[in-house]
Amino acid sequence: MSDEHIDEVSGVSTTGHEWDGIRELNNPLPRWWVITFYVTIAWALVYTTAYPAWPMLTSATKGMLGYSSRKDVKNDLAAAEAAKGKYVAAIQAKSVSEILTDDALREFAVAAGAAAFKVNCTQCHGSGAQGSKGFPNLNDDDWLWGGSPDQIKQTITHGLRFASDPDTRLSEMPAFGDIITADQIAQVSAYVASLSGKVRDASLIQPGAKVFAENCVACHGDNAKGNREFGAPDLTDAIWLYGSGETAIAAQVRAPKQGVMPAWVGRLGEIKVKELAVYVHSLGGGE
Amino acid sequence: MRDKTQLTRLETETVNAAKTRKPLYAARQKIFPKRASGNFRRFKWLVMTITLGIYYLTAWLHWDRGPFAPDQAVLLDLTNRRFYFFFIEIWPQEFFYVAGLLVMAGVGLFLITSAVGRAWCGYACPQTVWVDLFLVVERAIEGDRNARMKLDAGPWTARKLMLRVSKHAIWLVIGAATGGAWIFYFADAPTLVGELFTGTAAPVAYITIAVLTATTYTFGGLMREQVCTYMCPWPRIQAAMLDENSLTVTYNDWRGEPRSRHAKKVQASGQSVGDCVDCNACVAVCPMGIDIRDGQQLECITCALCIDACDGVMDKLGKERGLISYATLSDYNANMMLATAGGSSSINPSLVRTAVGTFSDQVAHFHIRKIFRPRTYVYMGLWSLIGLGLLYSLLTRDRLELNVLHDRNPQFVTLSDGSIRNGYSVKLLNMIPEPRTIVVTMQGLEGADMVVVGDDIPAGRSFAIPVEPDRLKTLKVFVRQPADQIHAPAQTFKFRAEDKASFESNEYAATFNAPEAAK
Repeated sequence: MSDEHIDEVSGVSTTGHEWDGIRELNNPLPRWWVITFYVTIAWALVYTTAYPAWPMLTSATKGMLGYSSRKDVKNDLAAAEAAKGKYVAAIQAKSVSEILTDDALREFAVAAGAAAFKVNCTQCHGSGAQGSKGFPNLNDDDWLWGGSPDQIKQTITHGLRFASDPDTRLSEMPAFGDIITADQIAQVSAYVASLSGKVRDASLIQPGAKVFAENCVACHGDNAKGNREFGAPDLTDAIWLYGSGETAIAAQVRAPKQGVMPAWVGRLGEIKVKELAVYVHSLGGGE
Repeated sequence: MRDKTQLTRLETETVNAAKTRKPLYAARQKIFPKRASGNFRRFKWLVMTITLGIYYLTAWLHWDRGPFAPDQAVLLDLTNRRFYFFFIEIWPQEFFYVAGLLVMAGVGLFLITSAVGRAWCGYACPQTVWVDLFLVVERAIEGDRNARMKLDAGPWTARKLMLRVSKHAIWLVIGAATGGAWIFYFADAPTLVGELFTGTAAPVAYITIAVLTATTYTFGGLMREQVCTYMCPWPRIQAAMLDENSLTVTYNDWRGEPRSRHAKKVQASGQSVGDCVDCNACVAVCPMGIDIRDGQQLECITCALCIDACDGVMDKLGKERGLISYATLSDYNANMMLATAGGSSSINPSLVRTAVGTFSDQVAHFHIRKIFRPRTYVYMGLWSLIGLGLLYSLLTRDRLELNVLHDRNPQFVTLSDGSIRNGYSVKLLNMIPEPRTIVVTMQGLEGADMVVVGDDIPAGRSFAIPVEPDRLKTLKVFVRQPADQIHAPAQTFKFRAEDKASFESNEYAATFNAPEAAK
């Protein structure tokens, strides 16, 4: 162009536009940049046609490739199920004790059981299976109904005192408030407390032992070690479901609280119950 | 009342008027670099051979690490998250060594740049090396500068088509080889090469080759100098690294100007004339398509081919070499002051010469001492410090590690006999490619013992356990302390892991929690 103006300082031609003596330099874009720019536009068109993109009134365009992230998730889940398949089949075929002898299977069952535990069991037993008053701690080595793999499985399957399951574990401690006197309750509480610790008034122990022999040995045994047949707790150890000490023991003698645990097999199925049993068994107290 | 004389014409222009409209882009000016020959060209051939040799061959080197580790000298095993470099094996948590090397590379670049300018750009940058390689192919097929320009300007004949097709085909093959060599660093090279040709390699291998073929072909063959000028950030950053004592490729106009193609005639007319005969040899060889005589500029990658070209011309003319040379700005400025009599006149090259025509001894020449100055000392010191630090850390690093995670939920468990139990995840890292038996011992915590879940190890204060080569083993350990030994709600003790064979050991301080009521 004949009227092309070259900027003196930069040596670059100007666009010919001038504002108050200021001219605009003409620094055009490199061709590859412009081509890249157009390619991105073309790419965007292709992409938004191939994949779901353009918003419509009620939904968005589906895209020509028929891609859907929901379908992706569905496939991923199916693939995950398929991958779990051989473990699940093995768990179904084997008993809980057998599962424990197979390292890979045990690891799988512990992981699956931990997940199921978080959803179904933490409400009562706590997120670390540590329990609380009235809800047993599953980490320790004290088991009311037995801590072997198959006993744990039995408890989870049919529950405790769960009326709608005919095979549920059943036992009931009588309310001794109606059977023996308040003094006798104080005596027997002192005796029981003395088995694992100190008591306030040692003179109560002797008569308490007599009350115990008359009323309690049937379930808790001569040596007060309990009986797993009836879920009768060991009264000589350091673990107390409803609290330690004479007061707590007396309250439990007078009008016992009796926990209920649902039967889980109907809701979770045989496989999940086995996985839960393996997980609970692995917490450190399993026998 | 309307008065049309009050209407004035506004002095304005549209910003994009049809008559002044210009294209939005500037077409690339094609560059046809002429083949140079000389010392710097020979040096560049050497650097090219070495760098390409390293790139293509390293993946094929072997390094025996025994039966439990790969025997490829340099291998990035992404699947197993291990990086092998000759005698060094790096686990992901040791990646700081790589970060340290990158910091060293950065400081090293500062050092090189402050000493000898953009030497990285001119000699060692992959872009430069591959463009050089692509130009070798281009010259071999289409001929040197003039032949290529003629071919490019000429009509599309069968010959031109044949030359172009074969050139681009070879470029693509080089691109594919570049991408192909890259992936060998990520898998066992001999196995992968077999898989590649039988079509059984992982899709990511083919995708990587395709992407690197495309980028190599585009950057090295099609875009070339545009990558350096428009895309690369280094020219901007490296410019900040230069100072007046850095060596850069310099046109010494204090002896070259005024340039003339008819020196004798001009000289006869009594005017002064410089050494530059304006032959444009320096421009013809420039792969960036610039004229070094315009001074130092962003585009210049200091490949020094113009020095070779000019030295050749100077030799023919019987003049001293070095009209274009590596020079520092301070030397250049001193010589300019000399040639312009302190800046008072235009350049008069006779001022830098004696009566017999040799350079006056006032002319400043580069001396190696200039490389050693506070700035480069600082860079060298920093570089060596980081290097020594990394080396020390590498030589003294643990190959047997022990990490312990204390169970938080529950923190402790009361057992039926009243004793307290805490759970720990003990992680044993056997970081050498050989199986080892690690002895784990408890230190402190009187009366306590430990059991390992899932193992038939009897309870005790020590147990030995085999750990697979180059693997992490996680153990669930229960520590139990009798009630009468507990004297605080939180007691500290140590896990100690020891390899009895190599005497390597590591300790981890852990806490043992008990309920407040326990004592």
